[in-house]
Amino acid sequence: MPLYLYVLRRLIVMIPMLIGITLVSFIIGHAVPADPIAANLSQRAMSDPTVVAAFKAEWGLDQPVPVQYLVYVSNLVQGNLGRSIRSRRPVLDDLKAYLPATFELATTATVIGVAAGLVLGVLSAVFRNSWLDYIARFVSLIGISSPVFWLALIALLVFYVRLRWLPGLGRLDSTIPAPPTVTGLFTVDSLLVGDWRAFSNAFRHLILPSMVLASYSMGLITRITRASMLESLTQDYVRTARSKGLRELVVLRRHALRNALIPVITVIGLSYGNLLSGAVLTETIFAWPGIGRYAFQASSTLDFPAIMGVSILIAFIFIVVNLMVDVLYHIVDPRLRTR
Amino acid sequence: MSSITSLTQDSAHADRWRPLRSPQILIGVAVMVFWVAGTLVAPLTLPHDPLTQNINDSLQPPGGDHPWGADKLGRDIFTRVIYGARITLPAGFLAVIASLMVGMSVGALAGYLGGLWDELLMRLTDVVFAFPTIILAMAIAAALGPSVTNAILTIAIVSWPNYARVTRGLVLSLKHNEYVEATRSIGATHGYILLRTILPNALGSLIVLATIDLGNAILVFAGLSFLGLGPAPETPEWGRMVADGLSFSDQWWVSAFPGLAIFTVVMALNFMGDGLRDALDPRSRER
Repeated sequence: MPLYLYVLRRLIVMIPMLIGITLVSFIIGHAVPADPIAANLSQRAMSDPTVVAAFKAEWGLDQPVPVQYLVYVSNLVQGNLGRSIRSRRPVLDDLKAYLPATFELATTATVIGVAAGLVLGVLSAVFRNSWLDYIARFVSLIGISSPVFWLALIALLVFYVRLRWLPGLGRLDSTIPAPPTVTGLFTVDSLLVGDWRAFSNAFRHLILPSMVLASYSMGLITRITRASMLESLTQDYVRTARSKGLRELVVLRRHALRNALIPVITVIGLSYGNLLSGAVLTETIFAWPGIGRYAFQASSTLDFPAIMGVSILIAFIFIVVNLMVDVLYHIVDPRLRTR
Repeated sequence: MSSITSLTQDSAHADRWRPLRSPQILIGVAVMVFWVAGTLVAPLTLPHDPLTQNINDSLQPPGGDHPWGADKLGRDIFTRVIYGARITLPAGFLAVIASLMVGMSVGALAGYLGGLWDELLMRLTDVVFAFPTIILAMAIAAALGPSVTNAILTIAIVSWPNYARVTRGLVLSLKHNEYVEATRSIGATHGYILLRTILPNALGSLIVLATIDLGNAILVFAGLSFLGLGPAPETPEWGRMVADGLSFSDQWWVSAFPGLAIFTVVMALNFMGDGLRDALDPRSRER
């Protein structure tokens, strides 16, 4: 199947998934708290009958439930995710304001996790049962077994409080003005205006939280890469490549690693969901103003519309990322195209 | 002659169970035995009470009367960490059992019935799978209110899809076996076939998955509780205790020891899960 047809088919499959996500969020939003009005309006707003009436009309609450769902979806499609009880702004505006910080953090963490995981996994497999292997396996074990919030606290204690090597909280020192918003990513925006001071500060602020956030994916990717690499190193095509007299590095890179990458790519996509969950804890501790911290603040004030907005957005991102991963899969593994 | 056969049988038997005696499984089991024993004997042996406050001992560093130090309210951290196992371990266990039950039912029905049911159930699974654990958990906890029970329920709701997928795969691969056909040919009901001939053969793999998943469930539970979506503030629960240390960066012991407890338990479970998988999957044994 040619690539574009495959992508098209996957996009069509996405539609029922998206409908499913809206259904799940609708059910949680409308069935679990018995009274959607109480869940969506603050105490003060509820005592005002005109506000309550306006809310009922906006979400079709005086209509039968199936109609309510349609109203909900049509609001959603128009970007109406409701209004946050805490910030009193439309949830969509809040999400737009907080998403870039999370995107910057999660992307950096993915790059670190994938790069470190691949290197450790390959070294671990190639030098199996050597001290390098043991170190790599130990590091990956710490990555998958540590609570991310605990690692974050330890990292802050060691590198910020004690050693003073890296800044602690937030995205920038308070003395440094934020660069003008273009992408919302401070590292990119500061480079665009050539503000080196802001860039280096934003970059230093990014190091600790992104490394903490990357720890789990790094551990997972190391393990999968090692297992997959060990398997492909025993295959006939690797022996053939060696017996042809190819240099060992070429054998490893072009023959063993390339084939070993396929399961690794799947894990990268799946661990992205984990990354977004980890972002809630990491952002809360590092006072990183992203959607994870937003979701936490929303949940601690029972700001229901805000939490549902974050859930829908993140489920959507997860689906899109996994679609991208599947497409990548298709590109890396030509066998899939002939099926 | 008979001694030779029994010898070969013995060595074959020993070979089959050798992976279960690997150092990593032994370490894992030892650590878990320590914690489980701790939950059982804690009230009998510990000199302190996990809830008694003693302002004189506030933020005492480790040593002397408090081997792991004391928290802001002067409560003994060692005592609280040992007591913490009584909440976190059962909570993780119950959450995994519940998600295993739900996931197994959904996956078994999807795999056994096939067709439209399969399609419907698996798409539902995909949808729940797309919601990231902690955030969906936060939404549910916010809707239901924070408590240990709700945290367990929440973890079960978000983590069953994995079991459903694996069970479906296992059922699909098992349902055309001859012994299943044989049971069907003597007129067994669908319920009997599924429960008595197919599922028992799928259980081994599911238990391995559950062991590995128990570590994850404990991490999520501790995370929810760290965020204040689990037990009440004074409860000696590990995630909650790590959060207590959030504002005392110089008093590292307040959060270091509870976090270490979570780490050792999850690591032990990962060791045991890996070991079990190696023991049951001959293909991964030589690795």
